[in-house]
Amino acid sequence: MLSHNTCTVRSAHGPKATFSPERRQVLVQTGQGNQITTRLLRPVGKSKRACVRARVSSGLMFDNRKPLERILSSCAASYSIHSGYSHHSNRSRGSNKQSERSSRDRHKSHSRDSSSRSDKNVTISASSAQPQQPDQGSAPTDAQDDNWGETTTAVTGTSDHSLSQEDLAGFGKETEGPVEKLNCVRFLPLALILALGLLVLVTPLSFLVLPQLMWPERLQPCGTACEGLFLSLAFKLLILLLAGWALFVRPARASLPRIAVFRALLGLLTLLLLLSYWLFFGVRILDSQDENYQGIVQFAVSLVDALLFIHYLAVVLLEIRHLQPCFSLCVVRSTDGETRHYNLGQLSIQRAALVILEHYYKDFSIHNPALLTAAKSRAAKHLAGLKVYNVDGAGSDAATAQSRAKIAAAARQRDTSHNELYYEEAEHERRVRKRKARLVVAVEEAFTHVRRLQEEEKKKPPGDEMDPREAAQAIFPSMARALQKYLRTTRQQHCHSMDSIQAHLAFCITNNMTPKAFLESYLMAGPTLQYTRESWQTRQWTLISEASVTSPLRHGSEFQLKSSDFSLVVTSKAIPHLKLSEEYVHPKSHKFVLQLQSETSV
Amino acid sequence: MSFIPGQPVTAVVQRIEIHKLRDGDNLILGFSIGGGIDQDPSQNPFSEDKTDKGIYVTRVSKGGPAEVAGLRMGDKIMQVNGWDMTMVTHDQARKKLTKKGEDVVRLLVTRKSLENAVRQSMMH
Repeated sequence: MLSHNTCTVRSAHGPKATFSPERRQVLVQTGQGNQITTRLLRPVGKSKRACVRARVSSGLMFDNRKPLERILSSCAASYSIHSGYSHHSNRSRGSNKQSERSSRDRHKSHSRDSSSRSDKNVTISASSAQPQQPDQGSAPTDAQDDNWGETTTAVTGTSDHSLSQEDLAGFGKETEGPVEKLNCVRFLPLALILALGLLVLVTPLSFLVLPQLMWPERLQPCGTACEGLFLSLAFKLLILLLAGWALFVRPARASLPRIAVFRALLGLLTLLLLLSYWLFFGVRILDSQDENYQGIVQFAVSLVDALLFIHYLAVVLLEIRHLQPCFSLCVVRSTDGETRHYNLGQLSIQRAALVILEHYYKDFSIHNPALLTAAKSRAAKHLAGLKVYNVDGAGSDAATAQSRAKIAAAARQRDTSHNELYYEEAEHERRVRKRKARLVVAVEEAFTHVRRLQEEEKKKPPGDEMDPREAAQAIFPSMARALQKYLRTTRQQHCHSMDSIQAHLAFCITNNMTPKAFLESYLMAGPTLQYTRESWQTRQWTLISEASVTSPLRHGSEFQLKSSDFSLVVTSKAIPHLKLSEEYVHPKSHKFVLQLQSETSV
Repeated sequence: MSFIPGQPVTAVVQRIEIHKLRDGDNLILGFSIGGGIDQDPSQNPFSEDKTDKGIYVTRVSKGGPAEVAGLRMGDKIMQVNGWDMTMVTHDQARKKLTKKGEDVVRLLVTRKSLENAVRQSMMH
């Protein structure tokens, strides 16, 4: 592949080439006077095909997406170009138009070698037809090149799979979701609770007041006993209301898909109790106009007692029951496999999902889609390698036979992608470490320029006093470049905006933090809570479960929490019954002997 | 050289007679012993059975009386002048060997090669 020959490269626009069969080179002179030497990689004589490898004399690298003209004319970077073009015998006539084509799909046998290099390569194929203007990135097809596929060499290292800066910047912003419109359904439970609370407050009081209103003259006056009962009623009612407020009137943490079963049951129970008391009151007291006021007051007090006990039941069911851990849940993020374990008590599936999500935001590192592209590109390469053609006509089991054949062929093939992966990762590691070293040095140096103003200096006329924000802005430029390069290498640049970095810097300066403390949030990917709201990306989760979401957790139950980019897969295992037994050790029972290996000479 | 607890120990032994060498005020035999019922038998490099707490010869000095008499490193000493050496402490063994009044010690020692030799001669 590296046998060199000469070729002609000539273009109507910009570069002019001279053909030199003796020298195995082609000199292409661009408009700016830079020379491009190209070397043919295949013999040009008989075959119509040729590959050209070109290098700009200035030695810079160039992006492969731009058409040849832009490359040659601007010469902003050097590049290495693989080109294949049809070489006709009447080439001397031609303005051989060269247009670039990225042909990563068309691999040749030796293409694997070239693709294993990490150069950015471009295939330029010339058409002997003369389109005047090349398209920006697309390639006009070569009508005459029937067998260009054979001789076109491979192409494109990583540039096709990398995301450009604009794509990544858009990541954090896209799934902000619909603006939170005032959702009336969210406030329905609160409204119901308030209504019930009002009823609870009104009922005992009305039990006391109604007889006084309706038949005051017939009521027997009751003395101190009644007063004692009034007092206890008042305080119990106060305590009930406070406790009810503490337990029930809280802003809802989340909207769950189904109703909370226990709360609904408790509400129903309270309602039932109240109804039955009203029924009794209506039948026994109102209808018969009972004169025993003390009895009525005691009736009201018993109602409040019963309500207090219901409240106790509510506390136990809603708050205490699920404190004792029963299940250990294993949460795995589907995109990168990060795993955490949590111990929970007996909860329904939806409540368990809620707890897990609350832990997710503080425990899991932020989901970074930019880190997953390498695996996807490898997967694409695995799939693209083989094609199955059915030569014997369509069979009924064509699909399975094809897939099996593919798997078998892939297994037999000696795949060197592991080699690639190893070296790529080593290289990346090295690069990251280099950038990190530069960053650390830059930040340390920047921090030495800032010093807190001492107390006695404050009294002197202010020279150059700055508040933290200004101080941060002053020292930020010296470290900005190193920080940006580091973030780009570790693909975190979309998580941190300039404002957030400066705000964090001001925060660190205010609190007398060291440079290492400042850097820690950039060197390690922190939990999602650490970043600004824009990069949270989602607060809308979907619970996917085979069992009903109000059913309690069981050993082996599985469910998924899906968000827009990834999902969390949760499996639960019961914590085994632990048997602890006791062994008594007498404090004086610790005795020791020395073990000697003596050797005596006699 | 394994033993079954409760049964008498049987072994093929060799009689070795060592004449002590007078070195000033001391009588030296020219070898070192290790082992004993108060020692850790698992550290013994010469024993086959690592629970064997017998007395073993760990070093034989070159040209000394022991080497001349035919004692070899790794031998297990079963008797010294009639005194049993299989169930003694290290210090007792040392005392039995270094009695000031005796010029000659008669040892019964055993080693693996003796057993093999006897077995081979019995097979023919």
